[in-house]
Amino acid sequence: MSSPYLYRRIYVWELPVRAFHWINALAITTLGLTGLLLGKPFSVGNAQEASFQYWVGTVRFIHFTAGYVFLFNMLVRTYWGFAGNKFARWSTFIPTTRAAFQEIVEVLKIDILQMRVKGSIHIGHNRLAGLIYFITTFIFFFQALTGFALYGPMSRTILGKLAAWVVPLMGGEMAVRQWHHTMLWFYVLFTLVHVYLVFYHDYVEGRGTTSSMVGGWKFEREDRLDP
Amino acid sequence: MSGAKHTLWAVMRDKGYSRRDFMQFCTFAAAAAGLGPGASAAVAKAFEKKARPPVVWLHFQECTCCSESFIRASHPIVADVLLDAISLDYSETLQAAAGHQAEKCKADTLKAYAGKYILLVEGSVPTKENGVYCTIGGRTAEDLLKEAAAGAAAIVAWGNCASYGCVQAAKPNPTGATPIQKLVSKPVINVPGCPPIADVMVALVTHLLLFGRAPELDAQGRPKEFYSRRVHDTCYRRAYFDAGMFVESFDDDHARKGYCLYKMGCRGPVTYNACSVTKWNEGTSYPIQSGHGCLGCSENGFWDNGPFYRHLPSFPGFGIESTADSIGVALGAAAAVGVAAHAVSTNIRKRKLIHEQVAEDVKNTSKSEKVD
Repeated sequence: MSSPYLYRRIYVWELPVRAFHWINALAITTLGLTGLLLGKPFSVGNAQEASFQYWVGTVRFIHFTAGYVFLFNMLVRTYWGFAGNKFARWSTFIPTTRAAFQEIVEVLKIDILQMRVKGSIHIGHNRLAGLIYFITTFIFFFQALTGFALYGPMSRTILGKLAAWVVPLMGGEMAVRQWHHTMLWFYVLFTLVHVYLVFYHDYVEGRGTTSSMVGGWKFEREDRLDP
Repeated sequence: MSGAKHTLWAVMRDKGYSRRDFMQFCTFAAAAAGLGPGASAAVAKAFEKKARPPVVWLHFQECTCCSESFIRASHPIVADVLLDAISLDYSETLQAAAGHQAEKCKADTLKAYAGKYILLVEGSVPTKENGVYCTIGGRTAEDLLKEAAAGAAAIVAWGNCASYGCVQAAKPNPTGATPIQKLVSKPVINVPGCPPIADVMVALVTHLLLFGRAPELDAQGRPKEFYSRRVHDTCYRRAYFDAGMFVESFDDDHARKGYCLYKMGCRGPVTYNACSVTKWNEGTSYPIQSGHGCLGCSENGFWDNGPFYRHLPSFPGFGIESTADSIGVALGAAAAVGVAAHAVSTNIRKRKLIHEQVAEDVKNTSKSEKVD
């Protein structure tokens, strides 16, 4: 294929979506790093008495604050899945049509078998990415739920009381803590693969995937535009 | 024991306690129940008039450490008086009667005081193989429990065994050890711990005697008064945790200085109990004060929560030494290697495509010029 193509600019990611993305990225990075530190803190400083320093306490404070940001950011995005444009809606996350499943297979071929991009890939989230983000949403809420279940008894927050049922269900706080900690590694893996695949798809698709999360615009060949 | 109609005061007087001893006991009972300073008179009045309720204490799969703890309450008079006063009509360990006499005694109590007696249960109930792993007088523990629970005014599950199953319920739980609350349809007051703190047990029984009903309970059926705070949050070493000063090994300088035991696997952050407040053995000490981390003995499934000296439990199915962290690091490294390999392969493969694309760009330019 070497015929001339005309590209159209499409406003894909609205401001609330972009804001969600970067707030979420910041919150997850903060939560992940402080979470790892709280799981395995190290002895620092040469203080002789505990009253001289408070760094683990500060790390806890940052973790809990970031947890609130993470949860409410997620809730706003959940709402925007019903109110936003067609690229932000939940319907783009859940594959229901035959074409969607075909696209999932297509993207798997591109990602794993490294085949050439042939047909039209959805200009918003590609269908595979959408499905993975949909599953990820549950893990996000799982982290928020287990996190607030652990935080609840130390605070008067109503969120802690709302999540309190998780502890007996999972068989004690040790188990909740274990799961909360294990899922931290999901984010590490997710971030690695997510960032790489953004670069990779930017490269093979040539549609401005990476910069789209900053400006909101993506580019599509005119002959592949949805009617 | 036939004196169940006697009041507490009458029993104490018979035992030779003075009025002063009785008033002291009433003051302690009022304090234990969380009442104000003026309440001891009301308590005294109640104990002078109220008939002491009969108590049936059942022992199933357990080690009797709960009973051992109970009789070592800080104030001997309390344990002494309570054990006498609560008209212990049946207790395998403490009763004088044996054999058919003992069984008859219990049967009589269950019948005569139906709906009035307090049932205290120590130990878990095996349910596998129709409950043959624990039988008393030829009947299974489950059978005995259900019979006694039917007419009980209040049911108390002493210790981790009765509350959660404890060591008998640890994987693979060969006897099918089951906590009390899963076998009876009535509300159960859980007093977990291995054993529970003596003073907590005494305070609970005092509350039941005094008010005739359970104290405020949390979602897991534990009295809020004693189980609403984490050992970590009430620990006198908590300041060292917040300061990031940790014991790294049991023989290091930090251990000698009494720094936080978090990194030695202390379960304080996930354990709800009153240890760091009431302490043990007449307020002498508690595990962390003695330089050892909390084992979390009042928590559900604490035997299965991995090595006691490591904070993160072993990850099931990946060997004893593998934690979520070691698996996470391995997966992260694998993902990074995969990503790098993918990137290299992409770049090798893409050279041709970029070449084509450049050619296309040139054509595009020339063609667009023509269009213009």
